[in-house]
Amino acid sequence: MSASGPLLFHLGASHHNAPLELREKLALPPARAAELHERIAAAQLPELALLNTCNRVEFYGVAGSEHDLIALGSALCAVTGLSAEDFATIRAQTTGPESIRHLTAVAAGLESQLLGENEIFGQVKDAYAAAQSMGRVGPVLNRVFQKAFQAAKHVRTHTAISVGQVSVANVAVELALTIFGDLKSTRVLLLGAGDIGEKTAKAFQSRGATSLTVSNRTPERAFALAQTLDATALPFEHFVHHLGNYDIVVGSTSAPDLIVRAADAAAAFGRRRAQPILFLDLALPRDIDPAVAELQNSYLYNLDDLAKIAAQNLAARTAEVSRARALIAEKADAVWQQVIARHAV
Amino acid sequence: MPPLIDRTWLWIAATCYLVGAVLGLVALLRERRHSRAAMYIILAAGYTFQTFGLYLRGLAVHGCPLGNKFELIQFTAWSAATLYLVIGPAFRLSLLGFGTALLTALLSIGALLVPSWDATVRTHIFGGNAWIEFHAALALFSYGVFGLLALVSIMYLVRDYGLRNKRIGGSFALLPSIRDLDQIGLRLLGAGVILLALSLAVGSVWWRREPATVNLPKLLATLGVFAAYGLAWLLRLREQLTGRRWAQACALLYLAALLSIAPVNSSRHASPSAGMTKGATR
Repeated sequence: MSASGPLLFHLGASHHNAPLELREKLALPPARAAELHERIAAAQLPELALLNTCNRVEFYGVAGSEHDLIALGSALCAVTGLSAEDFATIRAQTTGPESIRHLTAVAAGLESQLLGENEIFGQVKDAYAAAQSMGRVGPVLNRVFQKAFQAAKHVRTHTAISVGQVSVANVAVELALTIFGDLKSTRVLLLGAGDIGEKTAKAFQSRGATSLTVSNRTPERAFALAQTLDATALPFEHFVHHLGNYDIVVGSTSAPDLIVRAADAAAAFGRRRAQPILFLDLALPRDIDPAVAELQNSYLYNLDDLAKIAAQNLAARTAEVSRARALIAEKADAVWQQVIARHAV
Repeated sequence: MPPLIDRTWLWIAATCYLVGAVLGLVALLRERRHSRAAMYIILAAGYTFQTFGLYLRGLAVHGCPLGNKFELIQFTAWSAATLYLVIGPAFRLSLLGFGTALLTALLSIGALLVPSWDATVRTHIFGGNAWIEFHAALALFSYGVFGLLALVSIMYLVRDYGLRNKRIGGSFALLPSIRDLDQIGLRLLGAGVILLALSLAVGSVWWRREPATVNLPKLLATLGVFAAYGLAWLLRLREQLTGRRWAQACALLYLAALLSIAPVNSSRHASPSAGMTKGATR
């Protein structure tokens, strides 16, 4: 241990410096993760937690000496099959207050590929809980993680780092919420059985939408996707007559021509004049006639519109990065001082 | 220190409403939600002072203070505040508190700033007839409901404008959803029309006994406002007036309702036992 405090460290690799092919090798499915845990248990570090997500594999801990860090890197390479040379090119390491800053920035979503995303906060919490359950959290990591969680929450609340959605599917959901308030009672019609439509449908389901219908020119694909999404399938030739039954219509087919014409939409409103319909045209070429936007109670967004909103939100988040980092630095340094003070006692 | 007169209490109330409006505006400009609890407390304080001011005025004029344009507008603002304090928390609409503070501040400060509206203070205008007093209070209360409806309609129009222009972030993100605004607007319109209908039903009994007590401008203005709101309600229920057009109609109708206060006031006259003074009771 150093005279100025414990050897607190972070060691690992992430999307920042590891290309996709190396991240694929680094990935730790449950069986490999268990093997890694066995190996690092043998290393007998005083405190250690493993953060394992699709974009990062990182250790946070307190080492007895620099040698422990080399042993950890070797264990990771042994389990993943990554060569020591490759690991050396992607390896990221910080110590002392820098590692607290890094952990807090990760928990706040500042280090995520999708800046400001929320999922990472839960993943860091899970990593901490796992380490606790294995008895690998001592007074230093306990304080560092707890304070990092508090600081990350503070950053998310007091900056715009997490404001707005930055993926097309989530922007579509955000739009639906601004129109319908909540999605529990909304009925969603998905036209097409492609990837983007499926992602959007899943995003709607994750926010409470329960009534989902899939319609596709190839009925087999519609049935297959409906089964995956726990939705119902509607014959493609009939969907136009049922448009008025849906609150949200998502167009994501690969049809070369428009499949929802203004006249079809106008007829749909004949049966629901007081109820709005959100038309999301995620297809290229477009599925929905742009003239649909002119109808009363109709809101039409195409792929460009959604991408533009996502880009604006991302720009707003990016503009907050330096402020968020300054907040994190201030809080991390204070935590480090506390750690040193307790270490000296 | 001499006791505070009714207008002073009403100025204090108006200041509270203005503070609420400024608080809401600052939060809106900073693209943050204002604190609902703080807004509620500020509006409740303004409401308490306004109630006391109107109570003092009521004691002075021997009845519900609805004897001139100033009192009518103050009572309308008071009705809007009452409604917000009673049902606002149930609606849980963001920005409704700000809108109510803005509306009540504009109405009450506007009324206070025009001395001529309060130059003539009429006493005993209801001649001790509690039913007529009830009719007038109910009518003005429905105007308060229509005031909140106008606020909700403006919020709907702003939200609709944002959605059509692909703007959902920033201050637009603070607005409630289109469906919530539509549903609450419909309920407010129904409540306002029913209250006004009840008020007119009570008033018509007295009017049939003494037709000369109500002049033609008041009769036309009141029936016109009722017919317009009633028609808007009917068309909305039949889904013939919906969405943006319906919200526009509700916002414009409130302007008409406010303008109708002048002809309503023109019908004010002294009852057999009434008095009419120039600024005497304040």
